[in-house]
Amino acid sequence: MSKTADFDVAYISKLARLNLSEEETRRFQKQLADVLKYAEKLREVDVSHVDAAAHGVPMFNVFREDKPCDWLTAEEALGNAPHKANQLFVVTKVVE
Amino acid sequence: MIRSDLPALTIADLQSLLRRKEISPREVLESLRARIETVEPKIDAYLSIDFEAALKEADKVNVNLPLGGVPIAVKDIINVAGQLCTCGSKILAGYRSPYDATVIERLRAAGAIPFGKTNMDEFAMGSSTENSSVKVTRNPWDLSRVPGGSSGGSAAAVAADAAFGALGTDTGGSIRQPASLTGLVGLKPSYGRVSRFGVIAFASSLDQVGPLTKTVRDAAMIMSAMAGPDRHDSTSLPDPVPDYTKNLGHDLKGVRLGVPKEYRVGGIHPQVSAAVNAAIKQLESLGAEIVDVSLPNTEYGIAVYYFVATAEASANLARFDGVRYGYRAKDPKDLLDHYGRTREEGFGEEVKRRIILGTYVLSSGYYDAYYVRAQKVRELIRQDFVRAFEKCDAIVSPTSPEPAFKLGERTANPLAMYLADIFTNTANLAGICGISVPCGFAKVNGSQLPIGLQILGKSLDEARILQIAHAYEQSTDWHEAKPKL
Repeated sequence: MSKTADFDVAYISKLARLNLSEEETRRFQKQLADVLKYAEKLREVDVSHVDAAAHGVPMFNVFREDKPCDWLTAEEALGNAPHKANQLFVVTKVVE
Repeated sequence: MIRSDLPALTIADLQSLLRRKEISPREVLESLRARIETVEPKIDAYLSIDFEAALKEADKVNVNLPLGGVPIAVKDIINVAGQLCTCGSKILAGYRSPYDATVIERLRAAGAIPFGKTNMDEFAMGSSTENSSVKVTRNPWDLSRVPGGSSGGSAAAVAADAAFGALGTDTGGSIRQPASLTGLVGLKPSYGRVSRFGVIAFASSLDQVGPLTKTVRDAAMIMSAMAGPDRHDSTSLPDPVPDYTKNLGHDLKGVRLGVPKEYRVGGIHPQVSAAVNAAIKQLESLGAEIVDVSLPNTEYGIAVYYFVATAEASANLARFDGVRYGYRAKDPKDLLDHYGRTREEGFGEEVKRRIILGTYVLSSGYYDAYYVRAQKVRELIRQDFVRAFEKCDAIVSPTSPEPAFKLGERTANPLAMYLADIFTNTANLAGICGISVPCGFAKVNGSQLPIGLQILGKSLDEARILQIAHAYEQSTDWHEAKPKL
């Protein structure tokens, strides 16, 4: 397991697309370093012969018929949009 | 005239009065409304209530259905068509559900009436309901203490007779721990037993919907109505759903109950230990055989949980980008500013903390060291339970290591708050079922605070843990005590 010294909240907040204030960055740095330190005990465990569990109850290949059915109308789907026009979601400009 | 005696009834008793036409669904709702108006200013359990819509449903409901005419409170993470659904978050303030979650569709089909949404830790992240962006919910047993969390609004409402029963969700203990802290029954079903469709995702491999009720029978009634496979949730299990009320009343002869030695750790409140030990003796006197079992990887549960749950949360919460629904920051200068500020202004502190931790454990260079290793230890925890269940039919333990703590006591120390889940979150990691049932009271500074006994069962063995919990409950009168409000 890597050293918690590499843990950099300011950098991760960019990856997460989540701005943080300087105060939050400082606080999370300390608090989450404590959590990571606590979790270092996982290094004690021998997992060399263990497959990772993705789920408590393994399930594979769940299929169903792919057929269209009535669902939300465009109006309903747009009902909670913060910004909409002409039956469309309006987004922040992406291309200059 | 409004009947003030109705809100204290169990769902089973209420439903039989409805079925015999001694009361009408409208009378039930009116009596509940009056009770909520009296106690809600003290406990603040609800985020929104729609009595007008509920009364319309009450006038046409078939009282002969299993839950015909029974109002049910719903944690604000579950979509109920036409009602607000905010997850206790500013980022979803004003969000109105366009459709019913499968559990709501099924409860309606069984005659239940979803009438109001309950407070919760934002996106179900917390153990005290103090992480709600809206308000703080108080424990009806002591208004200076937390009701537990994250389903704390559901727990406080039912404990205060401001709901007959409620739905919660449990990702690491969020049904069982608040049930324990408020003197209720709370059931976390096996992973896949109840559909998650229409339930806003926190950690998709751990989340389950379940009931918080006054009695074990009430929990069994709700489970019978809402469990089962759903074509909209590919993780729902195909196995048929039994009538969970059917085995209630069977005795405990031949039932083997495991007591894990790893659960006898330091840090358990002495009155909690005493109550749980007395409950184990009581179960033995009812015919159960007590056996020692071992869950050697228990001590890694919290660490595994916080890596797995935060990793899944950071991915699930990426959908809150201010485009299709929810809050959007004003006048973004470009797309990164739009995302960064929308999420900064919309999410509360604990949610941000967990997104950061989850993003870190999934990030390049750390994924194998943290996330994959945690998933491997998770597999060992799952195998611990498989081995333990070769020796016993169910496992008993405290639900929470301590009774309800004071409001504000833990908010500055996230790690201390995380440790509240120590006995509950391994069940989520292993996908098994668990129930909390009242087993006594702690006397702390003049307050009487409920204690819960946890009974864990194999995957899909809900009928068994309900049977054990019911036998215990019926041999005690803990569930009959009511808080003075």
